[in-house]
Amino acid sequence: MFPTDLLYTPSHEWAKIEGDTATVGITSFAQEQLGDITFVDLPAVGATVTQGKEFGSIESVKAASELYSPVSGEVVEVNADLDGAPELVNQEPFAGGWMIKVKLSAKPEGLLDAAAYEETAKSCH
Amino acid sequence: MPYVPHTPEDTRAMLGAIGAGSVEELFAEIPLALRPKSFDLPGGLSEMATRQRIEDLAARNSNGMVSFLGAGFYDHYVPSAVDALISRGEFYTAYTPYQPEASQGTLQAIFEYQTAVARLMGMECANASVYDGGTALYEAMMMAVRQTKRVKVIVSETVSPIYRILLDTYTRNLKLTLVTVPHAKGGTDFAAMQAALDDATACVVVQNPNFFGCVEDASALFAAAKAKGALAIVSAYPVLQSVLKTPAAMGADIAVAEGQSLGLPLFFGGPYLGVMTSTKPLVRQMPGRIVGRTQDGQGRTGYVLTLQAREQHIRRQKATSNICSNQALCALRSLIHLSLLGEEGLARTARVSMENARYAAKKLTAIKGVELLSDKPFGNEFAITLPRSAQDVCLTLIEKGFVPGFPLGRYYQGMDNALLVCCTEKNSRRDIDILAAWMEDAI
Repeated sequence: MFPTDLLYTPSHEWAKIEGDTATVGITSFAQEQLGDITFVDLPAVGATVTQGKEFGSIESVKAASELYSPVSGEVVEVNADLDGAPELVNQEPFAGGWMIKVKLSAKPEGLLDAAAYEETAKSCH
Repeated sequence: MPYVPHTPEDTRAMLGAIGAGSVEELFAEIPLALRPKSFDLPGGLSEMATRQRIEDLAARNSNGMVSFLGAGFYDHYVPSAVDALISRGEFYTAYTPYQPEASQGTLQAIFEYQTAVARLMGMECANASVYDGGTALYEAMMMAVRQTKRVKVIVSETVSPIYRILLDTYTRNLKLTLVTVPHAKGGTDFAAMQAALDDATACVVVQNPNFFGCVEDASALFAAAKAKGALAIVSAYPVLQSVLKTPAAMGADIAVAEGQSLGLPLFFGGPYLGVMTSTKPLVRQMPGRIVGRTQDGQGRTGYVLTLQAREQHIRRQKATSNICSNQALCALRSLIHLSLLGEEGLARTARVSMENARYAAKKLTAIKGVELLSDKPFGNEFAITLPRSAQDVCLTLIEKGFVPGFPLGRYYQGMDNALLVCCTEKNSRRDIDILAAWMEDAI
């Protein structure tokens, strides 16, 4: 069961929208699929991200994959803890493993709710 | 594992399994225009005829010449034990050590090699090696381009011209700007390089000792590069790093080298060894294989290929580079050589080579009309200007069994009279005396 206060992408990112800011990370399903996370490459504060476009990448012991932004806007904060402890993404994908905070430039369109995302995750198995 | 090429039946079976009617059909994806018209290879020969042909070619080499030729590749003495150890059959494998449980020996050898070259340069990390020093320099430049996301590269003309041609070839179809800063009488023009720095600069590239043999300190340039957000790259001659200020001490981000001088014969141009070292924050940009030391579930030490997510078998088109092989045998050879010489032995090799070069410089500049090109300190190599063409002097002396050096006019305009002379521990004072005498005659 995925948290219901978040919105999701089919590519397994989540966004928590609070006013004009969104916190972004990847789902518990995504980190399970990747295995032990070893490195997260994130944009710098001030960078612009676009919904559906790549904003960084994530590496595990056996794979590397791109991160796609669920929202558009300016990066206002980056989770510095992931530098020294990328395993936080495995341990707390929806909390301590968050990646970036974005000041929204537009309302995100077409994101999935928890129930719809659960269907997506199921179909990936 | 024996090497067994596939029979026509094997080929048919494999094509059948993937549903292709012919090999031609298998490669249908590749447009005809992109395929080589021919490989220009002669037909097959018997073993005897092949041996004869190769021996005929080998006989055309001049052996037993007294050589003062360096220019990036150095004839150092290699202890006999190096050949004896490296010729053990266990080391002759094309097997890629991606399964650590099957290749602890290979992995540990690479790990020890990495440790040795990283220490020599004073750097934090090294990869398992690339093809040669030129490739290493190109890959270093690309590390900087990826890291900074910038496209301008400032290279000193005192970097080996062979490497600069290689960089030019590699980058011709890339969206990069190579800026070459002319040398100043054989020295690196640090002021001009610093002036060329801007916010678009990915890196500065220098060589130490530089191509003309001058020993230089790039610390100030490297600090200026850092202040502009650019990286500092140095191509170094590894033997001399035992006595010179190291790349790390100068503040280099990446230090590369041609590892041939670490126990590899000149081999008529290869195979050689591309040494790559860097600071730790850049390790994710390092191309090729990197071996790490870790522990297994029971706490036992084990060696593994680490940070594999950089590599093409995982990251596909976004890999740091498409180099996935390394010069394992050459790297192991250099490790054996370094281990046998030790820190002190390597430093002694460097010092004796440098003393010989000083003696040669003194003897040669005593000849009327012969002068040192630069007044900068030099290592075991120095450039002199002659009153006539260096190429002609070389040809005259080659007849006497002496190769006096590397004529610089081939790569540097207006330097037809300049000759690059190199000494190693193998050049005796007697040979130097004879060289000076022949040269005086030739001039």
